[in-house]
Formats: sequence, structure tokens, C-alpha cells
Amino acid sequence: MKTDLTVNGRTYGIDVEPRTTLLDALRDGCGLKGTHAGCEHGVCGACTVIVDGEAVRSCLMLAVQSDGLDITTIEGVAPERGELDVIQDSFCETHGMQCGYCTPGMVLAAKALLGVNREPTDEEIRDAISGNICRCTGYGQIVEAIRLAAKRLRESNALAMEAGE
Amino acid sequence: MKPAPFEYLRPASVDEACEALASDPDARVLAGGQTLVPMLAMRLSRPSILVDITRLADLQGITETAEGIEIAAATRQAVALKSDLIARQVPLLAAALPNVGHPPTRARGTVGGSIAHGDPSAEIALAATILNARIVYIEDGEEVEFEPEDFFIGPTVTMAPMGGLMTRVIFPKKPAGRVGAGFHEIASRRSDYAFASAGAQVVLDDDGACVQALLGIGSVGDVPVAVDVSDLAGTRLTDDDLKGAIEAALADLDCVDDLHATATYRARAAKRLAFQALATARENAA
Repeated sequence: MKTDLTVNGRTYGIDVEPRTTLLDALRDGCGLKGTHAGCEHGVCGACTVIVDGEAVRSCLMLAVQSDGLDITTIEGVAPERGELDVIQDSFCETHGMQCGYCTPGMVLAAKALLGVNREPTDEEIRDAISGNICRCTGYGQIVEAIRLAAKRLRESNALAMEAGE
Repeated sequence: MKPAPFEYLRPASVDEACEALASDPDARVLAGGQTLVPMLAMRLSRPSILVDITRLADLQGITETAEGIEIAAATRQAVALKSDLIARQVPLLAAALPNVGHPPTRARGTVGGSIAHGDPSAEIALAATILNARIVYIEDGEEVEFEPEDFFIGPTVTMAPMGGLMTRVIFPKKPAGRVGAGFHEIASRRSDYAFASAGAQVVLDDDGACVQALLGIGSVGDVPVAVDVSDLAGTRLTDDDLKGAIEAALADLDCVDDLHATATYRARAAKRLAFQALATARENAA
């Protein structure tokens, strides 16, 4: 089936079988390997992407269902090539990753949270990443990373500009 | 690619969706897909065609009518969680919703899909059972209504008509008086399937005496169940009142053994969660 995927602002016209998940379409159809395939049945959160502003699991959506929706993957997070987004930078600073397998999903879950909540409590941060499994870093530093990113976004004017204030 | 091959249809209207579902016994509804897609991946489900109803405007939205609060079947759980109308008029459902999955699954998962799947640990199904919500399907062009007690007949087995399509779920509005609700569950980790869950709603009069108490237990047996705690009416809902009513109401509760928890554990957890749910409902009504 012909499907138009709008990923990170660019439209990819791909031809997929209906049973292709959005995850496989992103990795194989669009060549965007940053979205990680973990369990591939909705348990681990490694494949989390942002669809129309909300964090969703790309392994639990069919590519054909995503036709025309606004998708953001980890490749579309940084402002420029070679740079890091505030959230990615905070993960580096607080050692919010070791092997990095869960990191793209964690960063996008955090981005979806910080898009609607500038001042999340630790409880809200934990809730936002409750669907993402990390098996090496431990969640403490990941929560710390998101807390730091939220603080930096509040203190910079980037978020205010995005919100059109 | 993990699922077996299937065709995909995105119908333009409810009529077209019903036609597709009725014309093929192996056709399945695709709503949020948060349970169906894993089942496809594990090949536990092998439909011939998936009928994607998520973009049908007629199946979206939450409205207040004379009959109650109507939630269209494909309304996202995240939308229901943010709804002021549900918070105001169906406080028990509002208390249950934060326990449903986690933000990424709620962003896609639907209220109707959760009920149609009929998982005994589904929080929305438990709230519907306790409040006796009505589940509305279209079958052969006619509307058919089910009460939850008749609808859920086993783990993921329901009375849903073959080839039918759920259109809405109608929750009764909250009764007059001081109404409070509580919902508690226990799972191995947040968002996972609960081992036991309990929801409760109480109505107090101006004097603080209980007028009506509702209690239900999920996750412990084959289906969510509403249990009778009507003896609490007329009491002040003291801790002893609650404990006595729970002992009597849950004496014959059917609990199952599985890999995760024994029936004995589930029965004990159900009693404790029932107490917490009723106590929370009491505090919220005060």
C-alpha cells in the first residue's frame, strides 16, 4: 500500500504491506535507524516516537495507519546536524545512559512530557517514562536528566519562543 | 515483519465499516491497536482484514445527554483522562483511567477497544461493570445494547455480536448527594496487568451517612465483577463498617491461580484493595 509518512518535517512516499509496523517502516522504509526495535510487541518502549505531539510506541502502530500524521523521531530532535537537543544534552551531563538502547525512546517520551508540562514533578516524570524499560543505567539518572532538561528549558527562552510568547 | 499478512481498510463512514465487518467473518476492528497489534505480532490473532475505525469522526467524542455520559467507542483513553465532563460526572471512571496502561498506550488506546477486548484486568471494563454502563453495538443496521454483567463472559470473551461494531458506551451520570470514588490496584510494575484491582463509589447525604455504596473487583477472576455492599447504606462508613461489608461481599469471590499470583494472594489483595477503594471514595465524598 502506498503510504506517505511525514517524518521530522520531510515526507517519505513508501510502499508497504499493511502488516508493516511504523517502526519497521521508519527503520527500513525511511532509513531512520535511530528508532530502536526492542521487544516489538509493546512492552519495552525503545521504539517510542512522537505522533501528533504525543509519545506513542511505533511497534504498536501500522505504517498504513500513520499516513499523513506528524511523526518525530530521534533524528528530528536536534536543532542542527551535529548538535544536541537540550534533552539529549542533559542525558549526557547526568549520565542518563549507558548502553543507549532505551535512550531514543526515553528522550522522545521526555520531549512529549516537556512539550505540555514545563515544570514536571518527579512523579510526573516517572509517570511519563513508566512505559520505557531501561536495563542498565537505572532510572535515577534518567529522571535527573529530564529534571535538568526541564530546568534548562524554563531558564532559556527557547520554549517561550516555541510557544510563541 | 512479525504479523501474518492481512488487508487494511480505512472506511469513510460507520456504515462502510459495518459493511466490511459483516461481509467477512475473519474481519477485525482496528481501534487503538494497543492490544491487537501485539496479538498480531505474536500471531495469536490472524485476521483477514483490519477495519481501521480510528479516523471516523462519528466514533470520537464525549457528550452529555439525558441518558448519561456517552463516550464514543474510538475516543482515546488520553482524551477521556483529560475530560472535565468525565471528571465531573463519572468520578469512578476518572479515578480508574490513570491506571490504564501508561501515557504512550493511552495516547492510542481507546475506551471502546478496552471494553471490546474483555481483559479481566481492564480498568475501564471494571468501572463500566460497577456503574452498570451500557455498551452499544451496531449489528445488521440495528443498535443492540448490553449490560456489562452480560457482556463479559470470560477472559477476552464477550457477547459482542459477530460482524458488529461498538459505537459508544453510556455511563450513568453521578447521582445527587456527596459522591466520592476510589480506585486501587496492584501490579508488578506501573502500567502492567494488575494482579487485583478494586473500584468503589459512595454517595453520602448532607449528614454524612451513606446512601449508596458500589464496589467491584477486577483482575482476580475471569471477568470484572460488581459485588454487593448495599448493607453499607445507612452506616457512617467507619473502617469497621467497611471491613464487615467487604468480608461478607468477597467471601465467595472467584480467584484464579497463574504464574504471577496465587488465588489465595489475589483473594487477600482484593480485600485490602476493596478497603482502600471504599476508604478513598469516603474521603473524596466528605
